[in-house]
Amino acid sequence: MRLHDVEVEDTFAEAFPMWGARIVVTAATPTWAMNAGRSLTGFATSVIGCKCEAGIERELDAAETPDGRPGISVLLFAPDREGLGKRLVERIGQTVLTCPTTVCFNGLEADTEVDVGGKLRFFGDGWQASKVLAGRRYWRIPVMEGEFLVEERFGIVKGVGGGNLIILAEQVATALGAAEAAAAAMRPVEGAILPFPGGIARSGSKVGSRYSGQIASTNHVLCPTLRGQVDDSQVPNGVGSVFEIVIDGLGEEPVRAAMRAGLDAAARAGALRITAGNYGGNLGPHHFHLKELVP
Amino acid sequence: MTLTLTLREAPAAPVRAEALRPDRLAGLSRSEIERLDVWHGNRPAAAGDLFDVSGAGEPDVRVEGDLTRVAALGTGMAGGRLTIAGDAGPHLGAGMQDGEILVEGDAGDWAGAEMGGGRLVVRGSAGRRLGGAYVGERAGMRGGEIVVHGDAGEEAGAGLRRGLIAVAGRAGPAAGLSALAGTIVVFGALGAHPGAGMRRASIVAMTATALLPTYVRACTYQPPFLRLCLRRLRALGLPVTAEQIDGRYTRWSGDTVELRRAEILTLEPPR
Repeated sequence: MRLHDVEVEDTFAEAFPMWGARIVVTAATPTWAMNAGRSLTGFATSVIGCKCEAGIERELDAAETPDGRPGISVLLFAPDREGLGKRLVERIGQTVLTCPTTVCFNGLEADTEVDVGGKLRFFGDGWQASKVLAGRRYWRIPVMEGEFLVEERFGIVKGVGGGNLIILAEQVATALGAAEAAAAAMRPVEGAILPFPGGIARSGSKVGSRYSGQIASTNHVLCPTLRGQVDDSQVPNGVGSVFEIVIDGLGEEPVRAAMRAGLDAAARAGALRITAGNYGGNLGPHHFHLKELVP
Repeated sequence: MTLTLTLREAPAAPVRAEALRPDRLAGLSRSEIERLDVWHGNRPAAAGDLFDVSGAGEPDVRVEGDLTRVAALGTGMAGGRLTIAGDAGPHLGAGMQDGEILVEGDAGDWAGAEMGGGRLVVRGSAGRRLGGAYVGERAGMRGGEIVVHGDAGEEAGAGLRRGLIAVAGRAGPAAGLSALAGTIVVFGALGAHPGAGMRRASIVAMTATALLPTYVRACTYQPPFLRLCLRRLRALGLPVTAEQIDGRYTRWSGDTVELRRAEILTLEPPR
């Protein structure tokens, strides 16, 4: 099938259940909120090596935040509830608690919750204090700057991890241009994040390896340099570079909306071919068929 | 639709009307409501002896008439909405767990005493021991919100354990007496000896206040929690200014004759 004269493969992205949380961080200035957000989402590209995946969902105006200060919204995903709770405590404790002027709020109303502030409070060494306001408990932790405030419980939901688009083009510059356009179109979708640097991965992986202990390895069938070496190469003639955009969302719909926007943008911006990654449909319950995303 | 109870005339003796709470009236017929027990002085009476009832079975209840001698309206209520069209007698909403009470006039002593949740809004002023603890009890209010648009009497929040009390006007002497935790915000003048014997609670004062010598100055800063708290009070209808939300507060720690974990935050004048 074709979209803006670009070949779109009749295949699907296979995605997996992940638990997700939304963290709202406010600060005295947008810069400090962003500093916290960047640290909070650092080294969180893939569960393969980072135990979680995270990204900045969007910047928030002062009018949108609980304390009327500028902020950011971050989504963080992990394979299971327990893991997500641990990652929230670790990351908020190391990157938000430490960041000047920040306050940290739960950004998701959900039936399932994990304790975050209630664990971080121990940093207060007995001098912490709690306040309940409108049914929500907050912890006030004294710090050298003054006081860090963090909400006790964070809502978590079953989300979707691993939605993806794979963009093929003649050379790195054109492939990256198309991927950048796709990422830019996907970023405004609420409830979804692109966890890789700039939203784009150059090193899509497959499960396993010829080496024991290596749980993932390069997706050799889409490496242009291996086209002459591997029998099962999926790199068409004329393609010199391939990028992947991975999408995690708080549900199927944000992932679908992001993929739809990215597909259209990549097709307009120099891609030669667009496809998606899957494992035959037997591993992940969420299937996003590209033919359903083409207008 | 609203269920309306109208007190026919000012009672000769105090009335205790614990049965008149929205969650208990919901689902009852008019005749069932009229048969509910109340006390008139030291004699049992039926609600219908004193009140005209119109409507039935609604969790939205309005009580009208001269209610200054009618005590314990809304006591222990666990839901619904109760509107007092005028002044309310003592013990209004004492021990309430949920729901909302709106007093269009003043509230008597012990309003919201030992309440555990819900919201009590007084458009006028409140009497003594607002949200307080009864004699012999350690803990007063244990949750919820009390918003007073006028003044509050002596010992507001005495024994406060959790929850938020906000007074737009003045608060009488000994606000937060022996409070265990929770927050009291006073926008007008704060009476003598605030926070006496307080253990972990917070008092926020928007005016210059003389404190007990058992409170020690810590620093001047912008407490992050206070922004949330004041924005919440603004949303509940109090005239909170941007200067108060963005302001710097001096933190006084005390009471040193107790745990020394309580605080009084006093707003600093703009620089």
